[in-house]
Amino acid sequence: MEKTDLPTAEERQAYWRKNLSWLGGLLAVWFVVSYGCGVLLADKLDEFRIPGTGFKLGFWFAQQGSIYVFLILIAIYVKVMNKLDRELLHGGKD
Amino acid sequence: MDVQTWTWLLVGLTFALYIGVAIWSRAGSTGEFYVAGGGVPSIANGMATAADWMSAASFISMAGIISFAGRDGSVYLMGWTGGYVLLALLLAPYLRRFGKFTVPDFIGDRYYSGWARFVAVLCAIFVSFTYVAGQMRGVGIVFSRMLFGDMETVLGMTPINAGVVIGMLVVLFYAVLGGMKGITYTQVTQYCVLIFAFMVPAIFLSIQMAGNPIPQLGFGGGNEAGYLLDQLDGLSQELGFAAYTEGQKTTTDVFFITAALMCGTAGLPHVIVRFYTVKKASAARTSAFWALLFIAILYTTAPAISVFARTNLLKTVENASYEEVPEWFSKWENVGLIAFDDKNGDGLIQYTGPNAAEMGLPENELTIDRDIMVLANPEISELPDWVIALVAAGGLAAALSTAAGLLLVISTSFAHDLVKKTLNPSITEKGELLVARIAAGVAVVIAGYFGVNPPGFVAQVVAFAFGLAASSFFPAIILGIFSKRTTMQGAISGMVAGLIFTASYIVWFKFISPETNTVDHWLFGISPEGIGTLGMVLNFVVTIVVSRFTPAPPPEIRDLVDRVRLPRAAFGEEDGGPVAH
Repeated sequence: MEKTDLPTAEERQAYWRKNLSWLGGLLAVWFVVSYGCGVLLADKLDEFRIPGTGFKLGFWFAQQGSIYVFLILIAIYVKVMNKLDRELLHGGKD
Repeated sequence: MDVQTWTWLLVGLTFALYIGVAIWSRAGSTGEFYVAGGGVPSIANGMATAADWMSAASFISMAGIISFAGRDGSVYLMGWTGGYVLLALLLAPYLRRFGKFTVPDFIGDRYYSGWARFVAVLCAIFVSFTYVAGQMRGVGIVFSRMLFGDMETVLGMTPINAGVVIGMLVVLFYAVLGGMKGITYTQVTQYCVLIFAFMVPAIFLSIQMAGNPIPQLGFGGGNEAGYLLDQLDGLSQELGFAAYTEGQKTTTDVFFITAALMCGTAGLPHVIVRFYTVKKASAARTSAFWALLFIAILYTTAPAISVFARTNLLKTVENASYEEVPEWFSKWENVGLIAFDDKNGDGLIQYTGPNAAEMGLPENELTIDRDIMVLANPEISELPDWVIALVAAGGLAAALSTAAGLLLVISTSFAHDLVKKTLNPSITEKGELLVARIAAGVAVVIAGYFGVNPPGFVAQVVAFAFGLAASSFFPAIILGIFSKRTTMQGAISGMVAGLIFTASYIVWFKFISPETNTVDHWLFGISPEGIGTLGMVLNFVVTIVVSRFTPAPPPEIRDLVDRVRLPRAAFGEEDGGPVAH
């Protein structure tokens, strides 16, 4: 059932706060995988290898892993925001 | 059939396809011309964005650059994909919800100032022109090397210029006729062509060298002689090069370059405008996901190709007799992609790196253009003729799709932002559409001129495009959405400060004093490629500080920001059209 009345000011603020905290979390992961694993900690991680492959871990993050994580991050955000949108507009019910 | 016939056949077929698609999807209104009527499905828009984004540089040069730079090439891989996370999370959905047509539209309205809009228009046009010149050149290079290989002149021009002119005519036809709508569906077609052309040789190579059909896994695999990456590290060091998997750039520089490329990507007008073409904000998020997925297919394959190609090359040429080199060697020698200078006169090819002298190795005798890694790869690995031809069609698809997207930004900026919004607001829709088409036509001719007479610094100015986008648009848009307190004065002074700082740093080290362009002279050890990040930080700081000391934005602007942040239905409005204010 669609709500006929519009969301209240509090509901709108709550929506925006939830959005911001998801953004913070996802961007923290984004930073850690790319700038962390791929750049700042890469030399440390290079001491390890992905078992059964020729990939040093830091090298793999910089040239492969970070890109896969980027994709996952966007996918999560798409899901989360669709859910938040629904909650805001239909009171959590479809 | 020989390679030449295959190439003409595939290029001819794909060109006919692009023109057919353009006629089928031509634009009838300004809305269709600028943003395809705002009704493109997210998956199609994702594909078009991927083709728009991946240029001749991504297709032809990137694998080669990584091949020579090894570990340091990572900055491009992370930089040019990580920006999509920023786009999907921080920019695209909000800008879509704002509606309208362009980035300057948002800047102008959000900062309630014609000046802010004007600064944004200038940036958009400058960034797009620097970019498009390189694309037209790319078209010329593919034509001259793959199609006119054995001809002295074509239609009275040098082969490379004839290629530029043919490319211009094709783009002119479908960009002017089809506008954004035509371009979007042509780009979808072009994505399919370019990704097929990129993946086929990569899969062949991966099977040949690592026995694994998935290149992303293949380059971590190996054969009886050990892991490929270990072999390549060893081979490189033996020949006096640095180990492939170890970086030469400083960590600071890698950090700053990656950040400049990421934020620059998120601030490039021709990428942002693609998200105006979908139905609503949620579709913009989904579309960003599809775009990155389609881009990631190429971007995760490129480093694999780099490893395969580099290994192959080192093994093929090292100490080979010049008399007995394979046929491809002389073919690419003729078009100037590879040059051999037998310095010690022994008739053998010595290919050695920068550490050769101290290791007692002979002087290097081979000069290799990085583009060869993709263009000649299929021949070096003895793949079938049709695969070789496919690479030409793919390179052209990549260059044309990017060129068309950029030309549209230029024509939109001119017709919509300058003529309609600034000079002559009373212009009719028909008149505006005509101006947009003429502007697209003029822009093609200018881009073609730069393709024929490239300013010696095309490659250099790419750093410019990203640095400028990162230091101008990116902070202005982010703060415009996430901080209601940001004022007109703050945004304008921030953009100007970021721009001037970044531009002067790059101009100084690239053009005025290139001999001092070394790590000792750089500010905090940051190269001109990475300085856009610092310019961006400066922009953020200036904008925030100036905003604090200037009067708060008027209430209608705060209301506008609220409406951009939340789904439109929360205000009882229809999703889709521009925000009313």
